[in-house]
Amino acid sequence: MKKILFVEDEPTLQKTIGRFLEEEGYQMINALDGELALKIAKKEKPDLILLDIILPKKDGFEVLKELKEDEITKDIPVIILTNLENDTDVEKALSIGATTYLVKSNYELKEIAKKIKELLN
Amino acid sequence: MGLKKICQKLNPIEQCRKYNLSIWQCPSFLFPLSGLITILAMIGTYFVAVEYTQPEIVALIVIGITAILIIIGYLIIKGFEDLAQANRLKTEFVNIASHQLRTPLTSIKWILELIQKSKSLTHEEILEKLDEIKENNQRMIRLVNDLLDVARIEQKKLNLQPQKVFLNEIIQKLIEEYNPLAKASNIKIILETKSDIPVIIIDPQGISLVLYNLLDNAIRYTKGGGTIRIKLTKKGNSVRCEIQDEGVGIPNKDQKNIFQKFFRSQNIMEYQTIGTGLGLFIAKAFIKESNGKIDFWSQEKKGSTFWFELPIN
Repeated sequence: MKKILFVEDEPTLQKTIGRFLEEEGYQMINALDGELALKIAKKEKPDLILLDIILPKKDGFEVLKELKEDEITKDIPVIILTNLENDTDVEKALSIGATTYLVKSNYELKEIAKKIKELLN
Repeated sequence: MGLKKICQKLNPIEQCRKYNLSIWQCPSFLFPLSGLITILAMIGTYFVAVEYTQPEIVALIVIGITAILIIIGYLIIKGFEDLAQANRLKTEFVNIASHQLRTPLTSIKWILELIQKSKSLTHEEILEKLDEIKENNQRMIRLVNDLLDVARIEQKKLNLQPQKVFLNEIIQKLIEEYNPLAKASNIKIILETKSDIPVIIIDPQGISLVLYNLLDNAIRYTKGGGTIRIKLTKKGNSVRCEIQDEGVGIPNKDQKNIFQKFFRSQNIMEYQTIGTGLGLFIAKAFIKESNGKIDFWSQEKKGSTFWFELPIN
């Protein structure tokens, strides 16, 4: 079973996507803030990371940068899942090493699940 | 009809009212005014020049008129700058507001999709999900109300309807409303007041909103339990209300910005990222409009005390 680390501080969104992806057959691990996300990523070595940008303690950009600098985590694909839609944010995330950038409100859960499936296969 | 429309367009005072500017800040009025002054000045100077032959008088008049035109020119530029600034603030406002609305909208959209497609949700779980939808909907309503209040404040159209108000009663009611949430967060709310608090004349909805925002902040930013003291006293010709919490406090460097629109201090962003940054801005605007004073003192990790004073009419 593939493991997904989901970094999101909004409990409702976390529960909702988590449940949906569990039904799709993934094992979900949750982190509510940036610092915790880094710790869990190193320990659990997930197959994929879903990462929000506005987060407590450490924002998504910092988390992404540290993930990509660390030997253990640098090859894990990271999907940015956020409601920020500025071109500068998209460019920044992609230049640090995000695999894809998805704006939450523009996607349905099944489309997100499809993107994840494509990346993991 | 067409003629009427043209007349309306040509009516500078009407235009200024539309831009929400006084006539001395409004380019639509100032520009034709400067034109009119130029024409009158030229005709006037001609007659003066015919009557008095000394060139000094004519020169003096020309200098005087030029000075007036320079002042009007300055006001016109200032007016344009004000409009540009207002436009910039509006864009920023729309950006932030739409971003804030997106989170609850996304939540509702995804919960509905989950309910539709899930094969394993039980009846209880579906009811829970419906509650979550309701909460997110409530959050959107609050946000939209706050945004409308901000728009009213900025257009100076708060439309207050002052009437006799017993602050004790309003605070009591608010505490009753908030007690369940406070208990759940291990917080005790205490009201300290004497019976001599006079009636004040104020807009009841507005003052309720101020108290609601202050108490809501006090509860939300108290982590791991504590006491919130609300002190209501008579101080000279004013009634003073203090709301003292043992919460996370406001870092020194953020204190000067705390009443600014959309501002949220760094440390509360670490605890929770939900919130609009509008509550204190609205509270200050309302208290100022009611001829009162509002301020606070705070120490990080120790707590904050927000107070306001309202005149006894």
